[in-house]
Amino acid sequence: MKITINKQTHQLDVPDDMPILWALRDVLGMTGTKFGCGKALCGACTVMLDGNPIRSCVTPVKAAENKQITTIEAISEQPAGPAIQAAWIENNVPQCGYCQSGQIVSATALLNSNKKPTDDDINAAMSGNICRCGTYNRIRDAIKQAAETMEAGHEG
Amino acid sequence: MKDNIINISRRNFVKGFALSGLVLAVGLPGLSAAEDEPKYGRDGMANGWVDNPLVFVSIATDGTVTIVAHRSEMGQGVRTSLPMVVADEMEADWSRVVVQQAEGDEKKYGNQDTDGSRSIRHFFMPMRNVGAAARMMLESAAAALWAVPVSEVKALNHEVIHAASGRKLGFGELAEKAAELAVPERTALRYKKSSEFRYIGKSDNKLVDGMDIATGNTEYGMDVRLENMVYAVVAHPPAYGDTLKSYDDSETLKVPGVIKTLTLPSSAPPALFNPLGGVVVVAENTWAAKQGRDKLKVEWVAGPNRQYESEAFREQMKAAANSSGGKVLRSAGDTYKALETAPTTLKAEYYVPHLAQAPMEPPVAAAQIKDGFCEVWAPTQAPQAAHDNVAKWLDIKPEQVRINVTLLGGGFGRKSKPDYVVEAALVSKALGGQAVKLVWTREDDIQHSYFHTVSYEHLEAAIDENGKPQAWLHRTVAPSISSTFADGAVNQMPIELGMGVVNIPFDLPNIQLENPAAQAHTRIGWFRSVSNIPHGFAVQSFINEMAHELKRDHKELLLELIGPDRKIDPSTLRDEWNYGESPKLYPLDTGRMKRVIEHVTAKANWGKTLRAGQGQGLAAHYSFVTYVAAVVEVSVNEEGEVSIPQVDIAVDCGPQVNPERIRSQIEGACVMGISLAMLGEISFKDGVAVQDNFDGYQVTRMDGAPGKINVHILPAEDYDAPMGGVGEPGMPPIAPALCNAIFAATQKRIRNLPIRYQLEE
Repeated sequence: MKITINKQTHQLDVPDDMPILWALRDVLGMTGTKFGCGKALCGACTVMLDGNPIRSCVTPVKAAENKQITTIEAISEQPAGPAIQAAWIENNVPQCGYCQSGQIVSATALLNSNKKPTDDDINAAMSGNICRCGTYNRIRDAIKQAAETMEAGHEG
Repeated sequence: MKDNIINISRRNFVKGFALSGLVLAVGLPGLSAAEDEPKYGRDGMANGWVDNPLVFVSIATDGTVTIVAHRSEMGQGVRTSLPMVVADEMEADWSRVVVQQAEGDEKKYGNQDTDGSRSIRHFFMPMRNVGAAARMMLESAAAALWAVPVSEVKALNHEVIHAASGRKLGFGELAEKAAELAVPERTALRYKKSSEFRYIGKSDNKLVDGMDIATGNTEYGMDVRLENMVYAVVAHPPAYGDTLKSYDDSETLKVPGVIKTLTLPSSAPPALFNPLGGVVVVAENTWAAKQGRDKLKVEWVAGPNRQYESEAFREQMKAAANSSGGKVLRSAGDTYKALETAPTTLKAEYYVPHLAQAPMEPPVAAAQIKDGFCEVWAPTQAPQAAHDNVAKWLDIKPEQVRINVTLLGGGFGRKSKPDYVVEAALVSKALGGQAVKLVWTREDDIQHSYFHTVSYEHLEAAIDENGKPQAWLHRTVAPSISSTFADGAVNQMPIELGMGVVNIPFDLPNIQLENPAAQAHTRIGWFRSVSNIPHGFAVQSFINEMAHELKRDHKELLLELIGPDRKIDPSTLRDEWNYGESPKLYPLDTGRMKRVIEHVTAKANWGKTLRAGQGQGLAAHYSFVTYVAAVVEVSVNEEGEVSIPQVDIAVDCGPQVNPERIRSQIEGACVMGISLAMLGEISFKDGVAVQDNFDGYQVTRMDGAPGKINVHILPAEDYDAPMGGVGEPGMPPIAPALCNAIFAATQKRIRNLPIRYQLEE
């Protein structure tokens, strides 16, 4: 099966029902996307499928055929990616950092479609992503800062 | 660039090691007459500390300074903060510093056990020594090259300068020459003044791993990939103490990608860091291994803990907590008599269930064995314990093991127990040394933690006719961590009792502290802030109950209970442990305790007018030789749903290295404290943990985080003052402050955690 990840097409010889997560991590060696729960409960594995954030640990590779997967490794190519990444670094958002790939993908997807999210919007978009270190307040601040950066036109 | 690096440690390691006297081999026999004296702090830790610059610093000819981080990074920022100390003291430009993670080797680096909130307080001075010695070697090298007295040259921001002649040489240009010099004696070291610090005490430096995290380029244990590596998952015995009877892998072997199955041995108690045993599925990828495990048909022999059931156990603990006759920990005056005769008495009991640390990266390790040498990659808080246990289980010599410490995707105490590392090594051995990554699924992690204990706290107080508290009774009942190391241990050990039972600073004439027995029925371990969680919850909730009973302001009563400013020798409280620190250097300072309470209440505008359904709650707790007080503000709606608009936390941890990371640790501890108070519970049925993923074992998410967390760090006098811990002390006051706030808002008292749906009834 042919799968497009970060605009590159890969030929994958795996069972149709293998979750995208394990195809990325174990078969293709793209380990930026993390394993956290295996049941779409924690969001560590979040990637974009045609621009929408999905949990790659429960989404079979077959579902990605003829679609575009975007992972943390190419998130900077998304409209909101650079602003989000810059805000993450500027605010020292991460602690252990393990969940942050998923957080950044979810946050980028949010800002791609919502230029000025409210606290409720952020809660709704981000509550699927657990951070056990408890960086939520900084994530919230960083998303708002990234939104301001983009509004001011400095996202590049 | 690698080729450029003058590896000082390799070139001059033996010379520096032998001549400098900079390695303090603490704990080795026959050192000196002082051997029998108690050792505190970093001196009391296994393998002590090392401050040899040749071990920690190397300088490339291009000026790149590589600094070794020997403590495990799990989110506390230690890979940034300790190298920052070295860089500052040696006048290195932080933008030209590369941090390199040490392998597990305590003989070389000193203690690496990354727990107990002690990396900074134990290694600030050794790292300053490293930096100062490296700087002085660079200065000596420059002075020798210029043939001027060393007193005329000065290291400044990655250069050594001779002001009189205007000459300068970069660190890179001096590296080779400096490497040839002897390391200065420790007594000869000259330190920077704290007013000259560039990085220490400042918050300008970004996390060393921040960029890699934001781009997905970090390598956690879960991300390790080795040549010809296979993947393994384990079907562990469901209850602690169960053993494997038989299994049928016929369906497993049909799963595409599954290679084979094998077994791991179970061990008799105590649990130690031994693997649990079970059936291993080896496969070409993690997914196939998981699928294969699902298809196993396993029969287990029921072990001795199959009767463990949380509701029944709670009743047992309650009965114990309501009986005198337990081990007496401290007895002053006559509390029982005071309770009998006082006009007013108060009694309350508090329950905190088991908890799982649940770091976002579940336990995982990769291992391979080549020519009898086992190399491991693991996210571990205990590199030396991992090393020792792998050697023991493989029956090879310690020098035949290497533990590469990866980044940890969270630890919280779980990754102090290297059982999973041993599993990976054993599986590699069973595969003839083939590289294997052994992955714990979330279910493994939550069901087979070394759990935070379960506890029942019984408190009573006697109050005289003037409304003054006169007596305090506390019975604490909880299976002890010591049961993990000694089968059948039923009493809490000094480190647990020294977490807020015996070392309460209250100025009362009658105090009775007891510890009735409690048997463990699962593996008990440490979870961030450990026994401070239940003890702090009970004590700080009870004081709020007293204030309510007496119609007193909570803050005023708390300050009154603490009494006048004084420095208490913890041993006079029967706390012989004191977080391993010297009682002289680290007395329990009631003035500092009161100062954080005053500070946080001022910042939070304590007592401010709030609308119906809103409330403020206060709690203060001393742990890890740091003083913390918190005010939580809550809003409870008509459906009983709790939201937390604001939390203020004041911290007095002494001198600060990286205030930005102190702030982040306190913020994180606040969220984790809210998490366990609102949602956290592992319960047992038939000896098996009922919860197995984040649906059953819920943790706080973005929508449950406070609106604002204001961290107020109190300034220290100077950098000579003793440092306190930071990673854990933010946790204990949160649950009681939250529940006290809920009481203020609703008049409903939460005595049993988690809060969960209690307010909706």
